[in-house]
Amino acid sequence: MKPWTLGLNDIGKSYFGVQVLKGISLQLASGRTLGLVGENGAGKSTLMNILGGNTPADVGSMTINEQPYRPSNPRDAEDLGIAFIHQELNLFSNLSIAENLFLTSFPCKLGWIDRQTMIARSVSFLKQVGLNLSPKLRVENLSAGERQLVEIAKALRQDAKLIILDEPTTSLSSRESDKLFELLGILKSRGIAMIYISHVLRDVQRVCDEVAVLRDGSLIGSGPIYEFGESRLVSMMVGRDLDNQFPPRKTSIGPDKQLEAMHLSSPGAIYDISFDLHVGEVLGIAGLMGSGRTELARILFGLDSAASGTLKFSGREITNLSTSQRIVQGMAMLTESRREDGLCMPASIDDNIGLVVVPKYASKRMGVVRQKPLSLAIKTIRDAVRLTSSADGQKCVQTLSGGNQQKVVLAKWLLNSPKLLILDEPTRGIDVGAKFEVYRLIGELAESGAAILVISSEIEELIGICDRILVMSRGEIKDELTHGEFDRERILRSAMHTELVQEDVL
Amino acid sequence: MRPKAIAIRSLNQAPFALFVVVFVVFGCMSNRFLDVQNLSNILIQSSSLAVAAIGMTFVLLTAGVDLSVGSVMFVAVAVSGKLIFNGYPLALGIFAGMFVGLLVGGLNGVLVVRLKVTAFIATLAMLFIARGFGLWLTNTRAMNMPDSVTLLGSSHLLRIPTPVLVMLAVALLSHFFLVGTAWGRQIYAIGFDRETARKAGVPVGGLLMLSYVICGLCAALSGLIALTQTGAVSPTFGNQREFAAIAAAVLGGTSLFGGRGSVLPGTLLGAILFQTVENGLVILNADPYLYPIIVSMTIFLAVLLDTTRNQLVSRLSRRTIRAK
Repeated sequence: MKPWTLGLNDIGKSYFGVQVLKGISLQLASGRTLGLVGENGAGKSTLMNILGGNTPADVGSMTINEQPYRPSNPRDAEDLGIAFIHQELNLFSNLSIAENLFLTSFPCKLGWIDRQTMIARSVSFLKQVGLNLSPKLRVENLSAGERQLVEIAKALRQDAKLIILDEPTTSLSSRESDKLFELLGILKSRGIAMIYISHVLRDVQRVCDEVAVLRDGSLIGSGPIYEFGESRLVSMMVGRDLDNQFPPRKTSIGPDKQLEAMHLSSPGAIYDISFDLHVGEVLGIAGLMGSGRTELARILFGLDSAASGTLKFSGREITNLSTSQRIVQGMAMLTESRREDGLCMPASIDDNIGLVVVPKYASKRMGVVRQKPLSLAIKTIRDAVRLTSSADGQKCVQTLSGGNQQKVVLAKWLLNSPKLLILDEPTRGIDVGAKFEVYRLIGELAESGAAILVISSEIEELIGICDRILVMSRGEIKDELTHGEFDRERILRSAMHTELVQEDVL
Repeated sequence: MRPKAIAIRSLNQAPFALFVVVFVVFGCMSNRFLDVQNLSNILIQSSSLAVAAIGMTFVLLTAGVDLSVGSVMFVAVAVSGKLIFNGYPLALGIFAGMFVGLLVGGLNGVLVVRLKVTAFIATLAMLFIARGFGLWLTNTRAMNMPDSVTLLGSSHLLRIPTPVLVMLAVALLSHFFLVGTAWGRQIYAIGFDRETARKAGVPVGGLLMLSYVICGLCAALSGLIALTQTGAVSPTFGNQREFAAIAAAVLGGTSLFGGRGSVLPGTLLGAILFQTVENGLVILNADPYLYPIIVSMTIFLAVLLDTTRNQLVSRLSRRTIRAK
């Protein structure tokens, strides 16, 4: 195989005025594996999307074999030998393995697919990735690990020079992971370059030759992997100062338990989750993407059902109640994707805010909504959350900024005076000012006696606003920290299920 | 091995099971039903529906739908009927009818691909536009066709009734297109996930266009077959046949959610099954008021099976946090 090189020079990118990447320069050559690590939101995905042709960089340049490389779509990247294996695999499970491998370049004879050639070539690609399956098998019959290998076979079929793997082991068993690493070793010896993105630092150390650490869109450090111990990597990933981005608040934890979760399990998502949440308490859940945080929240809110375990709310069992019954009981949930699940985008601010409480304002006998008290209540809450465009409640939600949209979702739930508010990534994609407002509202609500559950990828955020933090990893609660013992590194370590390795401590 | 995979596989075989059940039930209830003559009648009666349903299968596979099929049948027949009625040669009439199908299918495609209108809405609009145009063309009057038309319908080629032969030809062509060509396989990929297909480099727009054009052509052909059997163009010609076509495709195992289904045996079997139920009811002298109820119950059963299978598939492919 001919030597192959990739160069990134001073790459920068901003979204809506927020700089997500600045001055990233990296080199990679054939047969080398680069580990890319960083917290959620550090800019890893953006960087890979630029490399994979999904989005262009604002500044900087890229080169392949010293030639300028400017992909305008994923096909350009593919043609130049870059294969991107996403965390969410891009396979068509209604088609066979062979068809997935050759979807865009079927071997043909007189316009008909040459099945024999296709099957024969598929068999050889599958053999290269160590998969002993019939290529005629439909992908829907494969396990997660097998699908991963099919993705790699697809990269080989495209004659990839560089394979980008994004969190390839999240849904694999340890045996499957071992098999994957073995395969990556073989690919490396064949001269294929790889970029390996993972939160599992032990895997990064096992697989990679070099490592690059991103934090807040900047390259914090890079070099041969042996120079970076696990602890040093974690400190580099985290190292950030807390300033005054959180409003002061006094804790007001009451004696009564608002929510009691006992041994909640749902195979494939969460395992034996037990915790109490008191009145007036702000409980944080830390964990990486795919740790089961969102799945837990959905089960608590009744959107999914648990296979086993019980759930008590205000002392009464609610395990079998539907979501709407739970809302009547006083539960509320702000979902992680406000655009899809949290808002009716084309509707007005007021209509969105009123959505949950409308039944409360219906007259007893006829069921007709009494508009005046409803709009009065909506106006009051609109002012309370300090919507910047509060003058006009008829404005369409679509036109609002992310921060104001989030305030609308909060207002919707606050109007129902919830006893428990679950927030999944409440500050994702909103600016600093709006974040502060969201924190303030959370604090006020807790002081007024509601229980709050906050899920967040930003550890600082949890440390700044929570009374207690649970850390989830692979569907289990791995650690619990009370207010005095908050420690970013400990949280990150528990979340990444790594043990502290003493010799690396500086 | 995987019990859920086995469950899905058996649900996939449901059309066959349904087929056997229907034949056994009607066979037991009437000794005339399993007559060779009657079975051949069922095939002849199925041919029009089968051709329309095969066209519908293409669109359903892309996770779309074409509600204008019945109206296309009507307007195609109205155009070709008018030509034949006025003494133009039969071949010209047929050609014109097919051209109308091509045109309306293409229009549907433009609405869906270029203007990005939801298939349901675009083809619903086309349902009314095409029928309205046909009614205007025929002045809402029925036209009786010359004998040459009905003779064509009852003719034989290679000792096989011509409509059946046409149905088999369309089914075979479609089957080999869907199974054996790159475009055919890519249609399945589009139905599974349009965005992923686009990212993978599949020519999504062109293939969607092609699917609607094929559906329009099949609808026109289906109308022409029906014309040779009834011998008259009436204002209600083809009315609501799109639902029979969807039902036949779904009965044959094509999913309304896209990406799953087949023409052979699938849709062909579904169309014959649909026709068999109607035929059986006639033979049993069932109360005509019962027909729509029983037919729609069959459709409901088919859609229920489709939904169950889809839920199973999505549960099976749900991403798990960690492997067991």
